[in-house]
Amino acid sequence: MSDTVTQKLMLFFPRCECEKPIIYHLVKDYDLIVNVYRAKVTPEEEGYLVLDVTGAETDIARAIAFVRTFNVTVNTTGKGVIRDDHRCTHCGACVGHCPTGALHIKDPATRQVVYNEAECIECLKCIKVCPYNACASTF
Amino acid sequence: MKTYEQINDRIASGKAVVLTADEIMDYVDKKGLAAAAEEVDVVTTATFGPMCSSGCVLNFGHSKPKIRMSEAWVQDVGVYTGLAAVDVYLGATQLRHGDPANMYHPGEFRYGGGHVIEDLVAGKSLQLFALSYGTDCYPLREIRTWFTINDLNQAIMLNPRNCYQNYNVAVNDSDKTIYTYMGTLEPRRKNANYCSAGQLSPLLNDPFYETIGIGTRVWLAGAHGHVYAEGTQHAGAEERTPDGVPTGGAGTLALTADMKHMDPEFVRGVSLRGYGVSLALGVGIPIPILNETVLKRTCVRDRDILAPVVDYGHEYPQKTGKIVTRVSYAQLRTGEIEIEGAKITVGSMSSYHKALKIANLLADEIRRGDFLLSRPLAYLPKDTAMKSLIKKEEPK
Repeated sequence: MSDTVTQKLMLFFPRCECEKPIIYHLVKDYDLIVNVYRAKVTPEEEGYLVLDVTGAETDIARAIAFVRTFNVTVNTTGKGVIRDDHRCTHCGACVGHCPTGALHIKDPATRQVVYNEAECIECLKCIKVCPYNACASTF
Repeated sequence: MKTYEQINDRIASGKAVVLTADEIMDYVDKKGLAAAAEEVDVVTTATFGPMCSSGCVLNFGHSKPKIRMSEAWVQDVGVYTGLAAVDVYLGATQLRHGDPANMYHPGEFRYGGGHVIEDLVAGKSLQLFALSYGTDCYPLREIRTWFTINDLNQAIMLNPRNCYQNYNVAVNDSDKTIYTYMGTLEPRRKNANYCSAGQLSPLLNDPFYETIGIGTRVWLAGAHGHVYAEGTQHAGAEERTPDGVPTGGAGTLALTADMKHMDPEFVRGVSLRGYGVSLALGVGIPIPILNETVLKRTCVRDRDILAPVVDYGHEYPQKTGKIVTRVSYAQLRTGEIEIEGAKITVGSMSSYHKALKIANLLADEIRRGDFLLSRPLAYLPKDTAMKSLIKKEEPK
């Protein structure tokens, strides 16, 4: 068996694809472990699903191909929460609220607030507490 | 011993030795106090953070026919018109007309006075709407027009209170989330927020106001301005450590500078969820190294500066004066403090990163000979305490 990897996926659903049990198939047919961060899948509306999938690389690739057959847009670049580096003043109001340390002070000498997007679980707290409106959700 | 004149001569000739308040301690440890005091001319200090008691005076010039503005709004943010015909004062915490404030708690406060000031300095086109009752000499009753900072005769920042010498560390001991000017505070003391540049902060490097006084030239958001008065709520008589570091708020500065020379990077509108709007400013103040005592005071380190931890859930709003404990900025900067055995995550409202940038920008300007120092015209009081507002019966 090949090594497992974890990949972040952002799925965008068109209006008509909301009722298919896609997650079920990812687990059952492609042997993936799923961890859902954010989901908004409402009948008659466009929807989104942000999740981590863990499994064999080949299975993940097959799963993505499967999901795309439903006319679902798959974004693997994974930027659900973005930080505008120009607006950020590196005050650190967010670091006390970020539960995973995705937003953190790396170098105690410069005290620059670094954003490690891979650690972000999209709790969206930074968006609420940032005084400079530097953090935003892509949807 | 050096005089202001000698230091300015060295600056003018491009020979001044300038270090930041972040660098000076290690330098003095290495060289020794006496040798360093001979060698170093200036230590630069700085801070960047929300400073609510800020605003600006704008003069629009006269329209044809003329108007005496009696009510006015810039970008729908109300400005004070109780001045001459086309002078207004725009305050940092003024909400935009129609902002629901905290009606749907916690309010978002997306745009207000601080944001207008940011946009003005950034050179954006802004809308002015003004009304008047009309007079014989000022007949126009209404005007709506657009302007940029370059269209104004004057845009002078005039801040009643900046650069608090020291500040509270805010926690929340209640059982619900609270939304304060110190940020969002989670219940049961889950997080703490502080707001000071600590060892880099201007008045912590001159704790007895020996060089920073009325008339001192300052770097205000990139423009060269001045201290024009003691700041509001200045309370020099605050309790101090043996080295002179106040253990509470203490001194404040009233600052002014021409906004036409400001850099928008250091003039930033602030939205505080559930609280309101404000303005974050970058301030840099040079300290002339006149003698060993002045130099020694600039060597203050984060570990020597204590800030009071205050519960904003009950004690602060009810003005009980109670503090939980005192912690040092060195502890706060680790990102975690421990109080009564519990670990508390720490965030900050003040940007040390930007303050450091300002201290270096100012140091560079002084080295280039572009920023001369000024001797205070008057000193800030060291013996005044803060008064309270007492609710009284009408005097007979």
